[in-house]
Amino acid sequence: MRKRINHLNRWGKICLSVLVLMYGLAIFADFISPYSYKDEDRDFSYCPPTAVEFMDHGQWVHPFIYGRALTFNTVHRRVYVIDHAQRYPLHFLKGGRLLTVDAPGRFYPWGADARGRDLFSRIWYGARISLSIGLMGVAISFILGLLIGGIAGYYGGWVDSSLMWICEMFMMIPGFYLMLALRAAVPENFNSVQVYVSVVVILALIGWASLARIIRGMALSLRERDFVLAAKTLGVPDIVIIFKHILPQTISYSMAALMLTVSSYILAEAGLSVVGLGIQDPIPSWGNLLSDAMGIVPVIFAPWILLPGLFIFIAVMCFNVVGDSLRDVFDPMFNEK
Amino acid sequence: MIKHIIQRLCSKILLLLAVSFFTFWLMHATPGNFFDSLRLNPQISQETVARYENLYHLNDPLLSQYGHWIVNILHGEWGYSFYYNVPVTHVLGSRLFNTFILSFTSLLFTWSVAIPLGIWAALRRNQWVDRVLSVISFAAFSTPGFFLAVLVLYWASHWGGLPLGGMHSPNYDDMSIVGKVWDTARHLVIPAFVLSLSSIASLQRIMRGNMLGVLRQQYILAARAKGLPERVVIYHHALRNAFNPLVTLLGYEFAALLSGAALIEIVCSWPGLGSLLLTAVRSKDVYLVMSSTLLASVLLIIGNILADILLTWVDPRIQYEKKN
Repeated sequence: MRKRINHLNRWGKICLSVLVLMYGLAIFADFISPYSYKDEDRDFSYCPPTAVEFMDHGQWVHPFIYGRALTFNTVHRRVYVIDHAQRYPLHFLKGGRLLTVDAPGRFYPWGADARGRDLFSRIWYGARISLSIGLMGVAISFILGLLIGGIAGYYGGWVDSSLMWICEMFMMIPGFYLMLALRAAVPENFNSVQVYVSVVVILALIGWASLARIIRGMALSLRERDFVLAAKTLGVPDIVIIFKHILPQTISYSMAALMLTVSSYILAEAGLSVVGLGIQDPIPSWGNLLSDAMGIVPVIFAPWILLPGLFIFIAVMCFNVVGDSLRDVFDPMFNEK
Repeated sequence: MIKHIIQRLCSKILLLLAVSFFTFWLMHATPGNFFDSLRLNPQISQETVARYENLYHLNDPLLSQYGHWIVNILHGEWGYSFYYNVPVTHVLGSRLFNTFILSFTSLLFTWSVAIPLGIWAALRRNQWVDRVLSVISFAAFSTPGFFLAVLVLYWASHWGGLPLGGMHSPNYDDMSIVGKVWDTARHLVIPAFVLSLSSIASLQRIMRGNMLGVLRQQYILAARAKGLPERVVIYHHALRNAFNPLVTLLGYEFAALLSGAALIEIVCSWPGLGSLLLTAVRSKDVYLVMSSTLLASVLLIIGNILADILLTWVDPRIQYEKKN
């Protein structure tokens, strides 16, 4: 694998490092974010991002933030003005968090949402959900795809055609419709862990069919190879041939398809959550963070709530670029480089 | 060829039956009867619930219920929407038409933009045009459609030149025929543009790849060696062959389009099948969920069959008797 990474092109490497960074930040969300994801303060609804001040009257001082005073303008809209009387020094590494301020003050590096929760914290807690859900879903899809594609490709004949028929059935329902129909079958009283698992399963059910077809195509050509014939003549059972000789060969080649599937799952989760059918509110995911931004009015007055969309974009783009450059590594003829 | 099309049609109908059984089974896998929520509604009498249960054979075994449902569907009896309080068919018709308008416009736009762009990029391979196009493609391909829709709506709200969502203006009913078409077209611009963007990106890349593949072939070399003008080589010999694989893609393209359309319909409040399905899922309106899923699959299958027919028309070399 290491060797493969070295063969990625420049953009592939850059995007891979961005992804590693994002996963790292998601893992350390507890540490880097100033608040917990459900820490709310309704007095700071849609509070704009707070600037960190380093200078006071031309002198370098310990970094601090100014407090915000809530006023209403002539049309009774909330306006936050900087209150120079209140100053809150930034605490470094206090209470297990990287940067915090003392209680009456609120530190919002990227602004607050409707309920005065810190968007920065929620984005990184949400990254845990959004970035992991794609990987989990792909893991399940891939196992299903390997099993079914491998068996179909190896045996051929009626086994192949009936399994592929089932695949085709899943591909005949447009993805988003399938997703909503599957979601309709999920009971409403699930807790957050159960919802997470059901979203993973739903995602896995959408994408396994196309992976199975890719793997089946490879297995179909691999079974004609001499080493398979050799194994057969030696009396190796079919199951062992499929799992030990055929499937391992397909894994490296399907890596590119896997990356593209992860990115499509991240998009799908976001789509499901944005319409309120995915991860449910106090738990953040990039999709349900954006559901606030689906109306035009909040976006006009608090444009920072669009930020989670930027992160979805970056993550999806990185997975796509890494997938594309992996394909160049494994299949140099594809893009005619 | 007609025999082939009929064969395909039969296998697709079989698939459609399987899809319908799957959705039906799915709706039944939900714990509790569909009518539990009705039973709890004080406005609906227990007799009405019992009548519905009888009407839809809800106390029969699963397979016989499914049989009744399918027979009813074939009779044009698609069930009752408990959310809209009308038969499902009343809601579905106009929604299906709206989704069709949106997808079809977007398909036309996608193909008329992506194909020339793909050819252009292939002919200027690794020059700045190609590089810029590939960066834009990657970006467009990775942007969530609904997010892009919000950004475009946000921009349009500042600009004020285009309507923000919906399908008709409030005074639609008073307009002349031309006015009505113009009004709908104006409402169509944002959702169709947003929907097309990511498909343009992928189709452009695929067209570029195909074109490059064909340009490497010996017969192109032969055509050039013969002294044919470059225009003829590219548009007469290369383009036709590069085009064929795209037609097979058309079917899949249609699937992606329908899926993408659903979310964009919701964001742009376009009254199509996708937004209908969302309302249905949210309100647990079982018959509406089943029929809109089924209809979306029908649309997809029709798209696939059309792509098949188109392929035989575009590429006469394809011989189906041998393949099947």
